[in-house]
Amino acid sequence: MFRLEARTSTPAWFNLALPLLAIGATLVLCSGLIALAGAGVIEAYGVMFAASLGDSYAITETLVRATPMIFTGLAVAVAFRAKFWNIGAEGQLLAGAVASCAVGAIPMPGPLAMLLMALAGAAAGAAVALIPATLRVKFKVDDVVSSLLLNSVIFYALMALIEGPWKDSFSGYPISPPIEDSANFPVLLEGTRLHLGVVAAFVAAPVIWFLIARTTLGFRIRVIGENPEAARYGGIHVERVLISTALLSGALAGLAGVSEVGGVHFQVMSDISPGYGYSGIVVAMLARLNPLGVMPAALFLAAVMTGAEAMSRATGVPAFLSDVIQGTALLAMLVALLFTAYRIRRVGAA
Amino acid sequence: MPAPLIEMRGISKSFGAVMANEAVDLSVAPGEILGLLGENGAGKTTLMNVLFGAYAPDAGEILVEGRPVTINNSADALAAGIGMVHQHFHLAPRLSVLENLLIGIPGKSGRIDRAGGLARLAEIGHQHGLTLDPDLPVSALSIGEQQRLEIVKALFRGARLLILDEPTAVLAPTEVDGLFSALRSMAAQGLGIIFISHKLNEVRALTHRCVVLRHGRVTGRVDAPASTTSSEMARLMCGHEIVPPARGPSTPGAAVLTLDGISTSRHSGMALRDVSLSVRAGEILGIAGVSGNGQRALAEVISGVRAPDAGRMTIAGKSVSRFSPREVQALGLGRIPEDRMTTGLVTNLPLADSMVLPRIGTGAFSRNGLLRPDAIHAFAEEQIKAYDIRCPGPMTRAGALSGGNLQKALLARELAFDPKVLIVSQPTRGLDIGAARFIHEKFLDMRARGCGIVVIGEDLEELLMLCDRIAVMYEGCIVGTLDSADATIARLGLMMTGAEGHS
Repeated sequence: MFRLEARTSTPAWFNLALPLLAIGATLVLCSGLIALAGAGVIEAYGVMFAASLGDSYAITETLVRATPMIFTGLAVAVAFRAKFWNIGAEGQLLAGAVASCAVGAIPMPGPLAMLLMALAGAAAGAAVALIPATLRVKFKVDDVVSSLLLNSVIFYALMALIEGPWKDSFSGYPISPPIEDSANFPVLLEGTRLHLGVVAAFVAAPVIWFLIARTTLGFRIRVIGENPEAARYGGIHVERVLISTALLSGALAGLAGVSEVGGVHFQVMSDISPGYGYSGIVVAMLARLNPLGVMPAALFLAAVMTGAEAMSRATGVPAFLSDVIQGTALLAMLVALLFTAYRIRRVGAA
Repeated sequence: MPAPLIEMRGISKSFGAVMANEAVDLSVAPGEILGLLGENGAGKTTLMNVLFGAYAPDAGEILVEGRPVTINNSADALAAGIGMVHQHFHLAPRLSVLENLLIGIPGKSGRIDRAGGLARLAEIGHQHGLTLDPDLPVSALSIGEQQRLEIVKALFRGARLLILDEPTAVLAPTEVDGLFSALRSMAAQGLGIIFISHKLNEVRALTHRCVVLRHGRVTGRVDAPASTTSSEMARLMCGHEIVPPARGPSTPGAAVLTLDGISTSRHSGMALRDVSLSVRAGEILGIAGVSGNGQRALAEVISGVRAPDAGRMTIAGKSVSRFSPREVQALGLGRIPEDRMTTGLVTNLPLADSMVLPRIGTGAFSRNGLLRPDAIHAFAEEQIKAYDIRCPGPMTRAGALSGGNLQKALLARELAFDPKVLIVSQPTRGLDIGAARFIHEKFLDMRARGCGIVVIGEDLEELLMLCDRIAVMYEGCIVGTLDSADATIARLGLMMTGAEGHS
């Protein structure tokens, strides 16, 4: 018989081993589905790997795909540190996309346009995140529910916009007018889609790590998340820090939208985000809420997404497998986290 | 002597490199109250968790009435007739007393056996004087009543051996008497009881026999606790003599904390009604009272967490206007909270973080919004050394420390900045003698250095030893203040019930 027993301490190497363990378990679990779809497991994973990391073009595609998830992963990681349960990164991303698209469509010099797009997108995301944070601080409304439901509100507001005033009058497609060519983010590597936003994401992660680990705001975010009462007695204005956290989180999610508009799509359409906001939750959990860990975690999910499409073409396994892998990875990580607090012990005779 | 109800033979249990229990033998006979003594970290709780099935022992065996048993979980323990009342109660606050009793009890053909439960509850209540209103929700019970419910719950499930882990730590002195008479009545009917406590006078008054643990091993057995002196038992526990600190004379200076006509609304718990008091530099003022008579509101007002509806407060001569923790702290107030884990420390973060928490925004630990990790680390390391806080280092998770070490850490954090006034609640609750002595000495030290200290407490012996004056709270008022030279336990006890006022 086996049982769980509380740990007195957690070894340091666990922080690295747990996500790897979770990913390994996920791939093993999902191989059953691949076999069920009638394909060879090794072959399918081989195609996935080749298509996402096999050559330099594939790697750049994976990096492009990872970018919005780095931003939403950071957004979620920051919020969850303060125990502000922001499930609304998806809506904040969409708001950021809409705002940056509106700004990008105004003719002005390119660098200025990009800067203003980023500011507008971050502000829009922050404004959306402010709603559940304010409701929680003022009226004790559950932030999980309010931030989650706001996603639908923002999505349908976006739909109303692109089906209404922004609708393409020539084609009749529900897509927004494109941003100015000069506002398109520069491509860094000829022949690829590797754009400025990718670099911004990989700069943002260490900056956010520094903010959390090395600034007084980061200290306060960590403390209110772990023990708001001790924080209050210690002279920290808990509500104010929570609002700051929400603004920061929303701004980061908004930047995910900015980067998709400025670097990938150059306009807004209904499927601009295939759930990058929700993937951000998986990314943040795999990263154990560490901003530096968000980068490899986002790369993993991006590789799965790009790889799954190629695998689907080559082996006939539906590309939905990528969603299954994402979901399984989150569950596997949550189970793995149990082992930071408990260990399995064998007791007695079976 | 009858055959032992429970016998533990050669129990060993280690966590990593730490031997929490080593070859411990222990037995309890029917009708016997066994005291289990030891300092914090001596392995008492681990041993009882092994008995109750929370941990599997590395070696050794457990016998119930002579038969070896394997106890893998609490259900096994209950089936073997072992019941445990933990320090932190395991009750469902929104359910009624009766519903809590019936949790996990199979009903009659799928229905809850309410009538049977009521009858058993009445019977147990009648036998041992443990009466409870079956329909009251648990959230409406006092701490003492919740504990009574935990005991009844164990008896309800047919426990013949009852383990109580520091049951008196949460009780007022009057409630302790009630608990003791119930325990004696249970023993008289043949139940075995294991009583874990730090308080030697209680152990001497209640138990028939004692086992003393130190560093996980049995270091002493006392066959006649009533005729053994407290200092002898303390020596067995600590391995050396414990000398109580002497409070020398002092010459109090100017008032460093004054409250004038402070009243609060009834927010949670008892409200304050027109409370006035003053503490001078170099003076220790005790606040005695049965808990729930406004002590919490008083501590909250002084700590700046709650603004009063009426009245004035000054710290070091300056009037407090905004009542925020930051304001009172800036004026020179230090605070040792009653509840270390919830309002003092952040258990999931490194100890160093908790140690700088109230002063993180000051130049000592941050500049222009950037933390100074080296300064934080050095400060924590220095305090760990100065206060002999037992932990691997500043980066240890605060929650991994024992209660005594946590209290030292809090003390270090507050005293490092030379507070003019210190407000302290239940400073040694749950601490062993060695740690408590250390805390007491620090208070007397601060007093000698001109700090004014307010000690809110229920342990009257402690207050009499520490304090220059003792004020008694009853129903949100200060009903009287005595010089400790004139105060006796009996007189304070009477005032605490509201029977005598004196100013």
